[in-house]
Amino acid sequence: MAAIELERLERRYGERVALGGVSLRLDEGQTLAVLGGNGAGKTTLLRVLAGLLRPHGGSARVLGASLPGERWKLPAQVGYVGHEPLLYRELSGRENLRYHAELHGVPYSSLDPLLNRIGLANRADEPVRDLSKGLVQRLAIARAVLHDPQLLLLDEPRANLDPSAAELVEPLIGRSSGRTRVLVSHDVQGALEESDVALGLRAGLPAPVDSELYR
Amino acid sequence: MIATARTILRKDLLVELRTKESVPAMTLFTITVYVLFHFGLDRDSLDGELAAGVLWVTLLLAAVIGVSRLFAAEREQGGIDGLRLAPVDLTALFVAKAAALFVFLTAVELVAVPAFGLLLLGPGLGGAFPELLVVLLLANLGIGALGALVAALAAETRAHELIVPLLLLPLLVPLLIACAQATEPLMRQDAGPEDLGRWLSLLTLYDVVFVLLSVAVFDYLLED
Repeated sequence: MAAIELERLERRYGERVALGGVSLRLDEGQTLAVLGGNGAGKTTLLRVLAGLLRPHGGSARVLGASLPGERWKLPAQVGYVGHEPLLYRELSGRENLRYHAELHGVPYSSLDPLLNRIGLANRADEPVRDLSKGLVQRLAIARAVLHDPQLLLLDEPRANLDPSAAELVEPLIGRSSGRTRVLVSHDVQGALEESDVALGLRAGLPAPVDSELYR
Repeated sequence: MIATARTILRKDLLVELRTKESVPAMTLFTITVYVLFHFGLDRDSLDGELAAGVLWVTLLLAAVIGVSRLFAAEREQGGIDGLRLAPVDLTALFVAKAAALFVFLTAVELVAVPAFGLLLLGPGLGGAFPELLVVLLLANLGIGALGALVAALAAETRAHELIVPLLLLPLLVPLLIACAQATEPLMRQDAGPEDLGRWLSLLTLYDVVFVLLSVAVFDYLLED
C-alpha cells in the first residue's frame, strides 16, 4: 500500500518555483532518499509532506490523507525532524518531552524509557540551552518519535551526532525502526544504501541522481 | 481543547518564570512612566479624568510590550511548527496566549496600581477598589483576546515589533474610552460609580466581540 503518492507536486514562494513536477510513489515501510544541493527544494518537500506547507499544484496523498484538505489527519501519524529542534531552550529536556507528550496524548510513563534509549536520562533535567548540539538533536529525535509515528520525515537527522549517538538513535529513526521514512541527507552514499527509492532535486525540479546533481 | 490550552499556558508561564522577559519589563515600564508623570506634570496629585487617562494609557502601552513578546518563544524556537505537527486544535493556542497575557497584565497591575496610587493619585481609591477591580479584569480580558490575535498576525512577519503597536493601539481605542470613562468617577474627591454599568457593558461587549472574532479567524492566521 502506498504511504506517499505525489503527482506533479508544485510549491512556490512568490513567483519562484521551490518545487515543481515532483511525482513519486513510496510504499509503506520503504525509505525515500531525497538528494540535492543547497536550495534544491529538499526541505520544502519535507514540509509539504508534513502538512506545514500547502502545495500549490499537482496532488499529494500522505498516509491516505489528501493534502492540503486532509492535513488534520497527519500529525498523529507523522514524526518530523527538521533544521530546528522544536524545543524550548528555557525548559529542560524532560519538560519539553512532557509538553509534546501532552499535545500528542502520550502517557508520561513512556518518557523515561525514551530518555534512556537516547542516552539522556542523566541530563534530562538540564535546560536545553545548556546542552550541546548533539544532545539537542537526540532530544529532537525523541520528540519526533514519542507518539510512535508511522511516517518519519527526516532532514539531516544525524547532523551533530557522533558515531555512538548515531548508533543509539538508529532503532528509533533507522531502517530497523520499520517505519516509512523520507530522508534528506548530504551523505549521498549513506542515504542511497539505506533507501529503496531515491529522488534527486536540482532547483526544485526532479533530476537524475548522478555526479551532476551537486554541480 | 481546554486541556491543550492548559498545557500551552503552563509552558508559557514556566518559560516566563525562567526568562523573566515580559512581566518585569512591563512593570518597570509602567512604574517609570508614572514616575515621569509625577515629575513631568509637576503636581502632587491627580484626580478625575487626568488620573484615569494616565492610568490607562500607561497600562495599554505596557500591554504593547507584553503582546510583542507573546509569540517570541514560538517564533524563535519553532513552537508554532511544533503545535502544527501535533493533533491539536490551534484555537487552544489562542486561548492559552490570551490567558497568558491576562495573567501577565494582572501581575503587572498588582504592582502598578498601588504604585500609581502612591505616586499620582490624590483622592486614593478607598471604597472604589472593587469597582476598579472589575474594570481591570474586563480590560485584561479584552486586551488578552485582542493581544493574542494581533500577536499571531504579527508573529510570522519580519517587522513584528513595528506591526504590533500599529495594529494594537488603534483597536484598543474603544477599550481605552470605556476604561477611562468607567474609572474617572472613581478617582474624584467625591468618588462614586457614575454610569459604571454603561461602561462595563461596553467593555463586556468589546471582550465578547474580540473573543469571538479571534476564535473564528485564529486557525487561518497560522495557516501557511
